[in-house]
Amino acid sequence: MEKRTYPGKPRDVYLYATCLVDMFHPDAGMDTVALLEREGIRVHFPRDQTCCGQPAYTSGYPEEAREVARKQLDLFPLPWPVVVPSGSCGGMMRHHYPRLFADEPEARAKALALADRVFELSEFLVHVVQVKLTDRGSAETVALHTSCSARREMGTHLTGADLLAQLCNVKLEVHGHESECCGFGGTFSLKQPDISSAMAADKVAAMQATGARGFISADCGCLLNLNHTLEARKEAFRGEHLATFLCRRTGAKP
Amino acid sequence: MNAPLNYVPRSDFKKRTFAATQDPHLRQSFRSAMDFLMAKRQAQFPDQEAFEHLRALGEEVRRYSLSRLPELLEQLEANLTRNGVKVHWAEDAEEANAIFLEISRSHGATRLIKGKSMVSEEIELNHEMAKHGVDCLESDMGEYIVQLDGEKPSHIIMPAIHKTKEQIARLFHEKVPGVDYTDSVDELIQIGRRILRENFRDAHIGVSGVNFAVAETGSLCLVENEGNGRMCTTVPPVHIAITGIEKVVEKLEHVVPLYTLLPRSATGQAITTYFNVISGPRKPGEKDGPKEVHLILLDNGRSQAYADEQLRQTLQCIRCGACMNHCPVYTRIGGHAYGTTYPGPIGEIVSPHMMGLTATHELPFASSLCGACGDVCPVKIPIPDILMRLRREASHEAEPGRPALRGQGAGRNRLVSLAFAAWRTIYSHPGLYRLYAWAASRLNFLTPKSQLGWTASRTPLIPARQTLRDRLKNRA
Repeated sequence: MEKRTYPGKPRDVYLYATCLVDMFHPDAGMDTVALLEREGIRVHFPRDQTCCGQPAYTSGYPEEAREVARKQLDLFPLPWPVVVPSGSCGGMMRHHYPRLFADEPEARAKALALADRVFELSEFLVHVVQVKLTDRGSAETVALHTSCSARREMGTHLTGADLLAQLCNVKLEVHGHESECCGFGGTFSLKQPDISSAMAADKVAAMQATGARGFISADCGCLLNLNHTLEARKEAFRGEHLATFLCRRTGAKP
Repeated sequence: MNAPLNYVPRSDFKKRTFAATQDPHLRQSFRSAMDFLMAKRQAQFPDQEAFEHLRALGEEVRRYSLSRLPELLEQLEANLTRNGVKVHWAEDAEEANAIFLEISRSHGATRLIKGKSMVSEEIELNHEMAKHGVDCLESDMGEYIVQLDGEKPSHIIMPAIHKTKEQIARLFHEKVPGVDYTDSVDELIQIGRRILRENFRDAHIGVSGVNFAVAETGSLCLVENEGNGRMCTTVPPVHIAITGIEKVVEKLEHVVPLYTLLPRSATGQAITTYFNVISGPRKPGEKDGPKEVHLILLDNGRSQAYADEQLRQTLQCIRCGACMNHCPVYTRIGGHAYGTTYPGPIGEIVSPHMMGLTATHELPFASSLCGACGDVCPVKIPIPDILMRLRREASHEAEPGRPALRGQGAGRNRLVSLAFAAWRTIYSHPGLYRLYAWAASRLNFLTPKSQLGWTASRTPLIPARQTLRDRLKNRA
């Protein structure tokens, strides 16, 4: 994982919510806005945002990914940070956009400039906002799941744990094979359902074995994968988006 | 000795992965074996920074060697020839087997004994030789076990990792004459040793692989733990080594970082029990060693990978197996489900060159791209990137002016292409996307309840009643 230098706390940020949050986890988006606003930050949502392009990029359709990604490059004209409440999408913009446009100098320059100010939510709260949280909830035990790419590319397991550690009544349980993939992998979950399902089943079993009440994640793909697996298994255990959890624990109102 | 192959055919990848994921015994044995190997490796690399430094050196050596591959191979041939080793070149498995057969025939040899060699698995040497009345016995204990059961290795370093000791005990009792059932590991090893000892003594030709071939000195390095490699390469009167063309390095000192990385990454050992450097046949006055040494240099699709700057990185591999030990997919399905000689992440990126994409186009998709393989690779092969590249080549016909990979476009699916074309149209036109997202959320009750592989074990994905953008608009 790279070492990154962080800017000071800004007055304004862009929210790049991602297509998954927009359509499937709007609560997580609202809660992200609430957390940032509570810190005195104005949140701007570029209305032309769609998808980072990752589904096509990882499925062998880089040309299609490039056309979609190209549209996202122009969404952020002012030099504000871009906050992404879904880890692997943030990783796509931060690490893969410059490579996607390797053969187009102008677009690549834009991609590099953008990459420099893209922050995953937990990373942004810890390193840029340097947030201080006050826990208002009762005692609760949770597990933490981070997407593989966000973990490897942005160190979100560290920043996620850092935020949870600020909540004095929350106990974080470490689960077996914590760094192992939950089996989402974008279109992998559609193309290889048997392997993907086996991985998801092992992941939810490992988290439940800790005795935690539920799990926290800032990665929407993983959350959908694991929650819909749990729902199909008719189990009560659920994952909650980190932003939603932090709002609930600290009393931020979306 | 050569039982008919009962391993699975190279089709029906999905059927095999399904069967593997439903086999609790297989799941448990791979999980615990991979956990054990991951912990052992981790103990060898306690300091991440030191590991990064070492593997950068390993990568550099491999990249440098590949950058000079043609001339290093010529230098290797010249120096081996000078040392008295006969060098043969094989384009594919058929040519390599023909060379084995020709050498065997010239010596009237009918009994071969082999040290562990994945390249010999790649050309299916044992079965090809058996067709011509030449018996080829595996002498690595794991290879011996899988050969006894008519199987292929399920792991490149630990061939019989899929078997329990009880299964091995039954196998010995059933297949080896005069062996009573025992599940004592020590006794089983002693039985194997006794049989192999006799065969080392009586074999006409010894066969081995090569871990590193050193061009400057004309030497073949062989890394092993059981001593059978040394027996195979010193006891029989003739030694035939076989290796892929990518295994050459320029200098002996280039072996040092690679050998430092290999056993640590593979089995979590700082060093193997044996490290053999073979630099030619028995010289006048010497009391042991083979009278004749051959090296077969096999291409078998490697030059296709070599021709492409990105895919060339595949050839950096030193065959440690760390990528499969850390792969959540390999851990779930084991090695046989892949239907290839090399399973796991490295198998997914190297097999398309050896077998063509027609036979292997599903393999690059058998990964969640979690990146664990790339993180542990001791020579920094960017496996996830290469997987994504091969997904593209599997899904698209060759473009004019660009060289096609063998079987290019074999995994092309019109429906998938159409889906991504539609996706591109919607997601690169914000107005269209807003309309689509609005309709999908407002009409979410129309969402199909069956969603391809997703709903195999999950409830369907249903858009929220109101998108984030609509909620933010209402709020403002």
